Amino acid sequence: MVPDEVRVEDVPSDPGHWPGARLHVVTGKGGTGKTTLAAAAAVALASGGRRSLLIEVEGRQGIAQLFGCPPLPYAERRVAVARGGGEVYALAVDVEDALLEYLQTVYHLGRARWALGRLGLLDFATTIAPGLRDVILTGRICQALQGSQSDGARYDAVVVDAPPTGRVARFLNVNQQVAGLARVGPVRDQAESIMEVLRSGQTTVHVVTLLEEMPTQETVDVVAELRGIGLPVGGVLINMVRKPVLSAGDLIQAQSRQLPRAEIATGLAAAGLPTSAAVVDALIGEAVDAADRVALEAAERAALASLGRPTYELPWLAEGIDLGGLYELAAALTDQGLGMSGS
Amino acid sequence: MTPALNVDALIGDPQIRIIVCCGAGGVGKTTTAAALGLRAAESGRHVVVLTIDPARRLAQSLGLTTLDNTPRPVSGIDESGGGSLDAMMLDMKRTFDEVVEAHSTAEKAEQILANPFYQAVSSSFAGTQEYMAMEKLGQLRLEADRDPDNPRWDLIVVDTPPSRSALDFLDAPKRLGSFLDGRFIRILTAPAKVGGRAYIKVFSVGVNAVTKTLTKVLGGQMLNDVQTFVAALDTMFGGFRKRADHTYALLSDSSTTFIVVAAPERDALREAAYFVDRLDEEEMPLAGLVVNRMYRVSAPGLSAARALGAAEELGDLDNCGGSGDTDSDFGGTAITIGLLRMHAVQAEIAARHESLAKRFAAGHPDIPLVEVPAASGDIHDLDGLRAVGAALA
Ligand SMILES: Nc1ncnc2c1ncn2[C@@H]1O[C@H](COP(=O)(O)OP(=O)(O)OP(=O)(O)O)[C@@H](O)[C@H]1O
Ligand SMILES: Nc1ncnc2c1ncn2[C@@H]1O[C@H](COP(=O)(O)OP(=O)(O)O)[C@@H](O)[C@H]1O
Ligand SMILES: [Mg+2]
Ligand SMILES: [Mg+2]
Repeated sequence: MVPDEVRVEDVPSDPGHWPGARLHVVTGKGGTGKTTLAAAAAVALASGGRRSLLIEVEGRQGIAQLFGCPPLPYAERRVAVARGGGEVYALAVDVEDALLEYLQTVYHLGRARWALGRLGLLDFATTIAPGLRDVILTGRICQALQGSQSDGARYDAVVVDAPPTGRVARFLNVNQQVAGLARVGPVRDQAESIMEVLRSGQTTVHVVTLLEEMPTQETVDVVAELRGIGLPVGGVLINMVRKPVLSAGDLIQAQSRQLPRAEIATGLAAAGLPTSAAVVDALIGEAVDAADRVALEAAERAALASLGRPTYELPWLAEGIDLGGLYELAAALTDQGLGMSGS
Repeated sequence: MTPALNVDALIGDPQIRIIVCCGAGGVGKTTTAAALGLRAAESGRHVVVLTIDPARRLAQSLGLTTLDNTPRPVSGIDESGGGSLDAMMLDMKRTFDEVVEAHSTAEKAEQILANPFYQAVSSSFAGTQEYMAMEKLGQLRLEADRDPDNPRWDLIVVDTPPSRSALDFLDAPKRLGSFLDGRFIRILTAPAKVGGRAYIKVFSVGVNAVTKTLTKVLGGQMLNDVQTFVAALDTMFGGFRKRADHTYALLSDSSTTFIVVAAPERDALREAAYFVDRLDEEEMPLAGLVVNRMYRVSAPGLSAARALGAAEELGDLDNCGGSGDTDSDFGGTAITIGLLRMHAVQAEIAARHESLAKRFAAGHPDIPLVEVPAASGDIHDLDGLRAVGAALA
């Protein structure tokens, strides 16, 4: 079950490259851009003629929407090409189908198969034992690491659009629990081999955040939680970063409320603009707000930096995310080192 | 033309007893709920705010530090209008436990609470949080009306869970309900009931196969646990369900109103539109839409284009007079260029936000709408909430 992969003991923290890492798990607070950045990472990791697989586990068809293709079936499909002949595949895992598939191979269901679907047992089982979903999903992810559905060739990278910060640790650690429950047998063997993959150097968990209080707090919390259960934390992906327009000097003046009113008025006059107090005050007010925001962001950045993980900054794209935006974000990740693993 | 949403009219209306704040995750539901509650309390109402997942600093400002799943008074509010404000933060698991305790004997409750499947469902079933928010709302309403002559609260403001979809709040309770009505559950529980035998016979082939499989997959002990859990749920679920139905009915009562919160972004507004349509379908009363975190610029008559043009012109001027020495900048040109460029960026965002809000309004001409400006920092204290409250009116 465990792919015979070169193991790297610890994910190295050198400038954002992840040699040896093939499984990139992307988590983060809800709405921060997990799906978007997981997709961008899959594109980045496919560039230069590689092949990556992007896996969706929450059944929302977010990937299809992002790449502008029809809803994905429960099968690996090519959804995009990347620079230099790379290929991005995607898989939207259907939990019930995956569960049936699993039971079929492990237990040779026969007649019971009919009853399972018919009586709503699958629905029942995944509801009453939410961990079961996670067992199935993590199992499918590890299966994807071994080779593609179509030709069995290995993907250079597998990227998972994972559950949000509140649930990701439980999601990734579920097999630990299972191994604890099942003393012997195929279930335990599988659980153990999945945990081995997740804890190895081929796995890395990236956290998406924004420079705001709640996402940063959740990032700090989840990093501690992941470390606590021995899972390798990868990079911190800071999304929707807005570059300050004002120079550092102007920002400092604005922050200390010392912008020179008279000079500003003179400047406005030189440009042939109105120099009324209303205009000057408004401009100064905007600058002060911007400076406050920058100061707050600096505090969040410091909190994130204290985690000691490489950070990546992804620009806020004012027009929203279309295919072009996705490639732009992928390029930003590559520039900062993410797409270069193993090269 | 779209009417303006004025929350003062809402909180000034004694007939309104429940305000529910809905929306997609991260748009500002919790902030809006807290701001509304505070404003209502300071205008003289006796308010309780049920928050679900407040940001840490906001929770501290509201005094939500002891998490005992009951409302506590918020200090620091202006009580000169005769009002009061209590706040609480939902503890989902605890609420579920309380429901179990309320609907079964002490002995049985203990058995259920210890059951591993109960523990899994009560802490992580997708929808438990929504379900429990509704349960808590029902409890608060009962508590409020315990003494009709002297109600403890005359207004309940409810925040909703941070689901990806606002619709989850309305759908989740039904989902839990339909799960418990599932065919498989009925089969598992059928032998316990009179008349269940015939039913079980019809399905016995399937059930035996399933039981065998389950035993194989889960082991005998687990199967046992499942059956205990399901049987326990079944006996207490009647009352349980009745309460949820009652609370759901409360939501369509004329004393309840919904406020939908959205961010000025395409996706968030689309989500809001779904929700608005859904409320309409369910005949649930909608007060209006809050478009939160709107960018605003205030320099009169200074459009993005004009500011940018002027900045360029100044730059040219500066270059002509340039001696290469940055200090030679005559009369504040550099700083003015910076401010104008920044203004242009802000003005452009503000214009986009405005146009998104307008487009929503055009598509929903009857829905009252109010815009709340983006503060430069987080909203984490009573003053911040007051500012949001003022923008809502
Ligand atoms: N860098 C960016 N610039 C501008 N918009 C962005 C950026 N990244 C993400 N977005 C937008 O933010 C929204 C949320 O992104 P996304 O769906 O990827 O988040 P998520 O974390 O997967 O959300 P959920 O928790 O609901 O799964 C989307 O509308 C997306 O287009
Ligand atoms: N008008 C606003 N200006 C600035 N920040 C805001 C505003 N509204 C909300 N926020 C901030 O946005 C974050 C998310 O708000 P919150 O109310 O918790 O959202 P929700 O409950 O919808 O998930 C919080 O940090 C909050 O302080
Ligand atoms: Mg997503
Ligand atoms: Mg909230």
